[in-house]
Amino acid sequence: MTHSGPELMPETWSTNDPVLSVRNLHKSYQDQHVLRGVEFDIRQGQVKAVLGPSGSGKSTMLRLMALLEPADDGEIRLRGRRIGVREKASGAVALPERELAKERRNIGMVFQKFNLFPHLTACRNVMLGLTSVKGIHHKEAEEQAMAMLQRVGLSHRAGHFPSELSGGQQQRVAIARALVMNPDVLLFDEPTSALDPELVGEVLDVMESLANDGMTMIVVTHEVRFARRVADEVTLFDSGVIVEQATPDEFFDNPQHQRTRKFLSHVH
Amino acid sequence: MEFDVNIFVQQLVNPSYLSGAFLSVAVAVLSLILATAIGFAVALGRTSRSRIAQGVAGIYTWFFRAIPALLVLLIIWNALPQLFPVLRQDWFSPFIAAFIGLGIVEAAFMAEIIRSALLSIDDGQALAGRALGMSPVKVMLKVVLPQAIRTALPPTGNEFIGLVKFSSLASVISLQELLTTAQVGVNITFRYAEYYAAAIVYYLIIVSLLTLLQSYVEKKFVWTSRSKSKKPSILEPVGQGVQS
Repeated sequence: MTHSGPELMPETWSTNDPVLSVRNLHKSYQDQHVLRGVEFDIRQGQVKAVLGPSGSGKSTMLRLMALLEPADDGEIRLRGRRIGVREKASGAVALPERELAKERRNIGMVFQKFNLFPHLTACRNVMLGLTSVKGIHHKEAEEQAMAMLQRVGLSHRAGHFPSELSGGQQQRVAIARALVMNPDVLLFDEPTSALDPELVGEVLDVMESLANDGMTMIVVTHEVRFARRVADEVTLFDSGVIVEQATPDEFFDNPQHQRTRKFLSHVH
Repeated sequence: MEFDVNIFVQQLVNPSYLSGAFLSVAVAVLSLILATAIGFAVALGRTSRSRIAQGVAGIYTWFFRAIPALLVLLIIWNALPQLFPVLRQDWFSPFIAAFIGLGIVEAAFMAEIIRSALLSIDDGQALAGRALGMSPVKVMLKVVLPQAIRTALPPTGNEFIGLVKFSSLASVISLQELLTTAQVGVNITFRYAEYYAAAIVYYLIIVSLLTLLQSYVEKKFVWTSRSKSKKPSILEPVGQGVQS
């Protein structure tokens, strides 16, 4: 709704095309080649679960998609438009941080460790993006934030600071904070990995209800049951490449790749 | 010679002590403000990715941590007016020279306090701000700085108190601050104990008030909803909401 608007949308893009697509994505840290040519698409309203062993590059992929780090090579397109770079005759040039900030508004990110702002109440955490990025007036932002907190079941905690909330509540506030910006796609980086087991359920419930409401979501997770129940498609990441992509039933019951079978035997 | 309580009390209520105390505090406040402004810039330089900024900031800290504040005051008051005629005009008073000199020196120390406060903030904070689409300036002002201030407050309080006492150095450039006031009295009457005791009382009062101010400000940076029970609206829990 608030994204670029029709004038910036290339005519070649239609709602059936991927909202977010990634081609030939590469990323290295020092001598470690973390992403080795990742190809990834997600369509409007789709939920994709990304599984894989630690260090396989799945979190790095999310950070690149969220424009928090530059890719070494490859391209990321949001609604058909290339993001993160300015295309010049000589090739693609990374955008300066201030320009990247504008493009990040359309991509929401939920972190493993919540990263709520400890000096702000739950409500103010959710409001900050609205007031300081979108320039929405305080009162209007407060109303939107309260509505979003209600959606994650935390309107009664609006005036509490993060240190006064449980991990599960903090992560739900973090989801509200990302959601209130009305992003085209919401990225989850192991959203339940830092939580006590008894708090995982409330976060997954919120995520499932978002999925049911048609939110486009990429979820890096170790929650196999969530992936099976909620995702439209499950992806296995290993050593910086995507090994297998299939519907949950296919992925779990009839995996095509030896690597997938081996991974599933460890997590089941 | 015995301690004459009458002289002591007389000096306590002597207006020149009060104005001396006021000058001391005023020099400390203004030099702290100047030091914080310069110190913030130096801290940004030291944490910057630019080699040049790092170098300039590093040299500043190195230089002004090494040079005694007294020498800096003497240079500003005596040497600089020789070099720059504009400083020979009337506006350039001992007061201005004192707060600029102390501020410049103090900035080197404030830079280190601010730098370590900035570094103490978890990387995930700036990351979350950037992910929301906040510009680098907004991330600094709305996310990092409010948290860094809390970390920087206690050591800054120390520096503030130190500055009140350092302001006595300005006696060498003939600023009539608190200690100079006592010294002038001593030179006339030779009643050392009474005049110095009055100065002690004033310093104790000043530092006690500053300590109270510091703990008041620090309480403002405790992030719990309970301590803010008087604040209305969203800082208060707003009753039972609907659970999904």
